[in-house]
Amino acid sequence: MKDRSIFIVGSAGEGIQTVGDVVARALLRSGVSVFTSKEYESRIRGGNSSYRIRASGPNAPRHDADVILALNSTAAAHYQDTASSNCLVLGELSPGGEGIRVPFQALAKEQFSSLLYANSIAAGCLGAVLGISQELLADTLCERFSRLTEEVLRLNVDALALGYKHVLPSLDASSTIVLDSSSSAHSFISVHDAIALAAVAAGCRFMAAYPMSPATGIMTTFAKDPELGVFVEQAEDEIAAINMSLAASAAGARAMTATSGGGFALMTEGISLAGMTETPLVVVVAQRPGPATGLPTRTAQEDLNFAIHGGHGEFPRAVLAPSDPKDAIDAIYRAFDWAERFQTPVLVLSDQFLADSHFSVMDISIPQTPVPSGLADPSESGAYQRYALTEDGISPRLALGQSEHLVRIDSDEHTEEGHITEDLEFVRPAMVEKRLEKMRRLKREIPPPDDYRTDDAETVLISWGSSRGAVVEAVDRLRGMGQRVGSLHFTTVWPLPQLSLPAEVKYWTIEGNATGQFARLLQAEGDIQLVGKIERYDGMPIDAASILAELAGDHSEVDA
Amino acid sequence: MIPIEQYRTTAENQWCPGCPNFGIQTALKRALGSLNLAPHQVCLVSGIGQAAKTPHYIAAHVFNGLHGRAIPAAIGIQIANPDLKTIVTSGDGCIFGEGGNHLLHAFRRNPDITVIVHDNQIYALTKGQGSPTTRRGEKTRMQFDGVAIDPSQMLATAIVHDCTFVARGYAGDLEGLTELLKRAIEHRGFSLIDVIQPCITWGNHPVAWYKERATPIPTDHDPTHRDRAIALALEAPDSFPIGVLYEKPAREVFGETYRQKVGDGPIFKLPPLAPSIIQSRLKAMQIHPAPRVGA
Repeated sequence: MKDRSIFIVGSAGEGIQTVGDVVARALLRSGVSVFTSKEYESRIRGGNSSYRIRASGPNAPRHDADVILALNSTAAAHYQDTASSNCLVLGELSPGGEGIRVPFQALAKEQFSSLLYANSIAAGCLGAVLGISQELLADTLCERFSRLTEEVLRLNVDALALGYKHVLPSLDASSTIVLDSSSSAHSFISVHDAIALAAVAAGCRFMAAYPMSPATGIMTTFAKDPELGVFVEQAEDEIAAINMSLAASAAGARAMTATSGGGFALMTEGISLAGMTETPLVVVVAQRPGPATGLPTRTAQEDLNFAIHGGHGEFPRAVLAPSDPKDAIDAIYRAFDWAERFQTPVLVLSDQFLADSHFSVMDISIPQTPVPSGLADPSESGAYQRYALTEDGISPRLALGQSEHLVRIDSDEHTEEGHITEDLEFVRPAMVEKRLEKMRRLKREIPPPDDYRTDDAETVLISWGSSRGAVVEAVDRLRGMGQRVGSLHFTTVWPLPQLSLPAEVKYWTIEGNATGQFARLLQAEGDIQLVGKIERYDGMPIDAASILAELAGDHSEVDA
Repeated sequence: MIPIEQYRTTAENQWCPGCPNFGIQTALKRALGSLNLAPHQVCLVSGIGQAAKTPHYIAAHVFNGLHGRAIPAAIGIQIANPDLKTIVTSGDGCIFGEGGNHLLHAFRRNPDITVIVHDNQIYALTKGQGSPTTRRGEKTRMQFDGVAIDPSQMLATAIVHDCTFVARGYAGDLEGLTELLKRAIEHRGFSLIDVIQPCITWGNHPVAWYKERATPIPTDHDPTHRDRAIALALEAPDSFPIGVLYEKPAREVFGETYRQKVGDGPIFKLPPLAPSIIQSRLKAMQIHPAPRVGA
C-alpha cells in the first residue's frame, strides 16, 4: 500500500515530537520515504498539536490521517475530524471513540513507575502498526537518545517493547500497514537546514538576528555549530540585526539575517539602506499569518507584496521563494550571487510550513565552492570612487578597510566619491539611473518558472514558494483522472521573468493569502487572464486535496 | 605623528560658521595624527544629523548610515574587520535618542569601538527641537512651554552597566579634548565620550555659560570607583565635570571568542571553510535503510 498519513497528536510538551521523530527515522531506516510537518499552538505547554508523517507519498502535506496516535483523549477528540475513511485510531481514545485503546500513561506508571516512559510505549505501538521491526525501532530510539544513561535507555527500550507487544494482538491483516520501501538512502532535511548549510557554503560568515518564529532555526544552526565559522549575534532588535549585518557586509564579510514579517517591518529602513549604499545583503523572511502578531506558529504566504515593496525609495532587489530543500540551496546560492554582483539586497521568502517540515530527498548536494567574491582588486583602482558611474550601473566595490583606497558609504544621496550631495541637475538623476540600471540587468537573469506537465494542458495552475509539492501532487492526481492539467511554479517572484503564455489555456493561481497577491503581480507585469484564484488563509499549508476541491467548486475540504 | 592636513577631504562643509563641531573635528584629527592612525586604518561611522556629517570632513573610511543606527553598524564593521579603528561620531539625538537601545546593549557587549557624542542638547538639523539631554524647562522650537520631561543620564547609565571607558569632554577645549579622544581611542573595549557642545544657532545658553560649567574633574578622582563616577556623571546638566569619569580595563571584548576560533584579521581574508565540513553536516542528515527484519 502507498501513501499513508500518520498524525501523532497531543498537547505541547507532551512528546509528539519525540514519538514522531523516532518513528519517522525508523521508517526511513526501513527504506520508506517520509515527509513530516508540524502544526502547533503558540504556547509552551498544553493545547492541541500534531506531528504529521506522510509515508511513501510525495513531499507534500495531507490534511487527513490514515492513522492517528493520540497521546491524550482531548487531542483524540480534537483531531477526530481529520480521520480518513478506515482511519485507525490508537492510544488514548476520546470518550466513545473507536480504535485500539492503549493507556500509555497508566501502563507507564504501572510498569515503570514513571510517566516519562509513556512516549516510548507510544512509539512501540505506532511502530508495530506501521510494520517496523521492533529491533529497528529500538535501535533508532537509542540513537536518538544517545545522551541518556544506559539504564534509562534500557528502560525506554523495554517500554517500547511493551507498547509493541501490547498492540500486536489487536492488529489483523486489515489494520497492519505495509509501506513501499526501497534500498535508497534519503536525506531527511528541512528547508531551513538547507538554507543555513547553503549559506555557509556560499560563504556567509556573519549573521545578526533577533529570535522570531518561524525564522529562529537558521540562526540556531549557526550558533550550535561553531565549526561552521559564522559569527552569529543575537541582536537587541531587528533594527540592530540588519544594521550589523549590512555594515559587516560593507566591511567585506558575507552576511545575512533572518526574521518573520513583524521583524521585517523593523528591518525595512535597513533594506532601503542596503539599496542606497549598494551593499550586498541576504535577508530571509519566514512568513507567518499577520497582520501584527497574527498566528505566530502557523503558516501563510502573506508577505509577498511586503517583501517586494518594503523599504522607502526606489532601488533594485530580488525576491526568491524556494519550495523544498534542493530549491532552497539553489535559491540561497542565487541570492548571495545576485547580492554580490548587483550590490543590493536579496530576499528569500520561506514560511512556517517550510521551517517545520522535513523532506526525504535523494541526491541532495551543496556546491563545493562559495559564491565568487564581488570585491574589486584594489591594485586596479586609481583614484577610487565607491559609486563610480559605469555603463551597467555596477561600481567596482571595495570593502571598508580592504586597502589604502578610502571607501565612503553614504545613506544620503551621494557623489561618486560617496559624499553628501544636493546636485539635483546631474548627480541625483545619474545615481537614480545607476541604481535602476542594475535592476534592468538583474531582470535579464531571472529564470523561467518551473514548468510541470503543461505541454498539452488545458488548465495551468500557477503557484509560488512553498506550495509546489501540493500543486504537483494535484496535477498528478488530476492527470490520473484524465484531466489535462499542468503547473507553472515560480521560485523567483521578483522581478518576474518575461512571460509569453498561450491565451487559450485556463489559468488558476494558488497562494496562501486572501487577496491574491501573486495573481495581481502577474496581472500587473504581463497579459494574463485568470479563470480563478485559490487562496488559503486559515493558517494551514496548501494541500492537494484543497486544490482539487476548489477546482471542483467544492469548498468543504478546504474548511476541514 | 601624522600631520592633520592629511585628514583633509574635498567635501563641502555644511556646518554653521563657528560651530563647535569644528573644534571636535580638529581634536579628532589631532588625536588620530598623534596616534599615527593613517586615514585608511580608521573607519568613521555616523548616523544622521549635523554631527553625523563629521566623517565626510575627515579623511578615513566612512559609513554614514541611518539615524540612530551608528552603533550596530560600527559593531558589524569592527567584527568584520578588527584591523580598523572604528569610531562613531554622531549627535546626542542619534546616539541617546533614536539609538538609545543600541547604546544600552553596546555596554553589555563591550565592542572595541569608540563612540563620540556631539552633545549640544538640541536637534539642530531639524531646526531646534528638544533632545534627550535638553534640560527640563528649557524652551525650544517644539517644546514652546519648556521641555516637560527630565534629561537622560546616559553617562551614569553607562557606568551602571560597567561600560569600560566613560568620559566627558568639552568642544571648546581643544587640547583637553584631543587628549581625552586619544585615551578613548586607545582604550581596548567600548569607550564612550560625551562632548559638551554649545549650539550657537538654536542653543539656549551662550558659550560662556558652558565654559563656566565645563570644569576639570578633580585630580583626586579615582576612575575605577564606580559610585563616585556615577555621582560625577549625575552633576550634568547643572555642571559638566570634564575628564575620564570611569575606566575599567579588564573585560572580555566582543568577538574575542570568535577570533580565538577563526584567527585574526578581516573576515574577507579568512580562508574559505573546508567543503568537507558542509559535506559532513549533509551526510549526518542522510539515513540509510537497514536490512529489513520482519515484525
